[in-house]
Amino acid sequence: MSERISMIHGSGGAATAALIRDIFTKEYGGEALESAEDASVVIGAPRIAITTDSFVVSPLFYPGGDIGRLCVCGTVNDLLMRGAEPRYITAGFVIEEGAEIEALRQIAHSLAETAREAGVEVVCGDTKVVEGDEGVFINTTGVGFVSEEVDIAASGAKAGDCVLVSGTMGDHHAAILSRRLAVENSIESDNAPLVETATKLRSIRTHSMRDVTRGGLATVLKELAEASGKEFRIFEEKVPVSDAVRDFSGILGLNPLYMGNEGKMVAIVDPADAKHALEAMRGSRYGENAALIGEVREGEPGAVVAQTRVGGLRKLSVLQDEGLPRIC
Amino acid sequence: MKTNKLEEIKYFLKYYDGPDMNIMEVCGSHTRAIAENGIPGMLSERIHLLSGPGCPVCVAPSSYIDRLIELALEPKTVVAAFGDLIRVPGSERSLSEAKGEGAKVEMLYSPLDMLELATQNPDRLYVFAAVGFETTAPVFAELLHRAEEEGVENIRLLTAIKTMPPVIQYLMEADAPIDGFLAPGHVSVITGSDAFLPLAKRYDIPFVVSGFSGERLLLALYDLVSCRGRGVVRNDYPSVVSAEGNLAAKAEVNRYFETATAVWRGMGAIPNSGLILKEKYKKYDAGSETLTEDKRKNKACICHEILAGKKKPFECALFGKICTPLQPQGACMVSQEGSCFSYYSHQRER
Repeated sequence: MSERISMIHGSGGAATAALIRDIFTKEYGGEALESAEDASVVIGAPRIAITTDSFVVSPLFYPGGDIGRLCVCGTVNDLLMRGAEPRYITAGFVIEEGAEIEALRQIAHSLAETAREAGVEVVCGDTKVVEGDEGVFINTTGVGFVSEEVDIAASGAKAGDCVLVSGTMGDHHAAILSRRLAVENSIESDNAPLVETATKLRSIRTHSMRDVTRGGLATVLKELAEASGKEFRIFEEKVPVSDAVRDFSGILGLNPLYMGNEGKMVAIVDPADAKHALEAMRGSRYGENAALIGEVREGEPGAVVAQTRVGGLRKLSVLQDEGLPRIC
Repeated sequence: MKTNKLEEIKYFLKYYDGPDMNIMEVCGSHTRAIAENGIPGMLSERIHLLSGPGCPVCVAPSSYIDRLIELALEPKTVVAAFGDLIRVPGSERSLSEAKGEGAKVEMLYSPLDMLELATQNPDRLYVFAAVGFETTAPVFAELLHRAEEEGVENIRLLTAIKTMPPVIQYLMEADAPIDGFLAPGHVSVITGSDAFLPLAKRYDIPFVVSGFSGERLLLALYDLVSCRGRGVVRNDYPSVVSAEGNLAAKAEVNRYFETATAVWRGMGAIPNSGLILKEKYKKYDAGSETLTEDKRKNKACICHEILAGKKKPFECALFGKICTPLQPQGACMVSQEGSCFSYYSHQRER
């Protein structure tokens, strides 16, 4: 096999078959994928959650992860946030001419490892090659099973509920940006599948869950406040941010409340279960820095109000400027 | 600051019932920090905060943006700029919009990155959009210094560099209702706090140099209110600001630049309020001096009155309706340091 991807790998003929066999099936082939049928037939459930996402992150490899790990985390986390148990994922690759085959192998390997960690099976895939500049893009669809009694939605917040986050804000954004600016620091992406945390929260009175991705915590809270018609009040000094991310964002004039993650979530929990939820988060993998950051009030519907360190109040809006392109 | 002192200051500012006090900040980072710390709601109804012309991108006239677009469309010319500038509307469109039509625009975090670009691409001409106040001018001087030393010929500046004391004088002469200035923290690092002393004495108003944390801002506001009616300068940011400023940086700026009349968006020509390249260094200029025209993209935009402290962003008919950060009609809605952007994104109501 040649060292780099060329148009022949997208021919649909022998070279495509060899690429699929030697890389994709080898790394994550299960019964469904190996059957090589036009469509996979799998076991279902009465209620399923389904989500789709495309990954265009640049660079493909960054401190703490790569596009292979990212595409599983992003998809699985979206399923988890609706109270689903993730089961299946698909992987459609669009590969630009000139991409290194070894890089592709690493991406597939990392995708496979993360899928195993998250407990999902890669059930089908697709491979296309286009002209371009060594890029790799992945489209995924995820399917999860949702039991009858689960009712977790963005609109679920009730007055009195507690607002929790599962860890430090802004890590993925800061890691990608550091890499692009060639700044050396200790910041790593937090890309992670939140299976353990979300599974525990599903069994208590959790009213809403959202993973904190593009747009950052402020944008997610604003969406939840608007969907539920409640006011969210948060205390800025309780929002966890690592020292490295705080310093880095301070220098660049960025606000961690508006920076994206790929392995952190917000949970809106009944006050009676808040202590239990916080312990569950902190006891889960990737949740050691979880914190209770605020509460839900009747107040002004749709408003997110932050109490600042000096005791002032300010309203948060969704992200207004462009943010960082190609972060996920 | 000790907790007791801070609590005392907070109480004073919240329950102040003396004569009305209009305080203007003339630094975009202050505008932003005031909103981010939730300061407006911590003040008595008698204390009014006004956002002045402190955002360098916001005060560049429209012809400046138009000229940058013209340059970026020339076959072998690349325009490099700080990120904020790229979305500022000229008389018709912004650099970002022109990019879709083939304008060559590079976003740089530091002007010094131009040196490497220019060296690697000797057949191209790199023009930096040199926008800024006293704070940024030394960086442009250093760029030229290094270009001279390294013999890099293919770089130019299109300058719209402004200086702060003359525009403050302009505002006071125009009878702006201002009882005190929150003096700019970053500018003062270069100019020194003494730069504001003649103005303080002439108009009998206090200037307080402040840092950017919530505590520092509250302290500075407390000092301003306490000094109402007195022509004094207080330096509440002594860890980085001295009375005389950074003499080495000032000398470097004086080597390459001289003061001249400058056009401020919506305010017109203000004598001695700009820095232009000296005759000897005009070879580095990309045609800055002809750029005096200033047209509004939208006639109803009141950026100029907002910059002069006469109106608040929410008093503009366009604010939040036609004019939003996604569809900015005036420069103040573009930059993160612009008054309208700050009021819009924090839903400030006072």
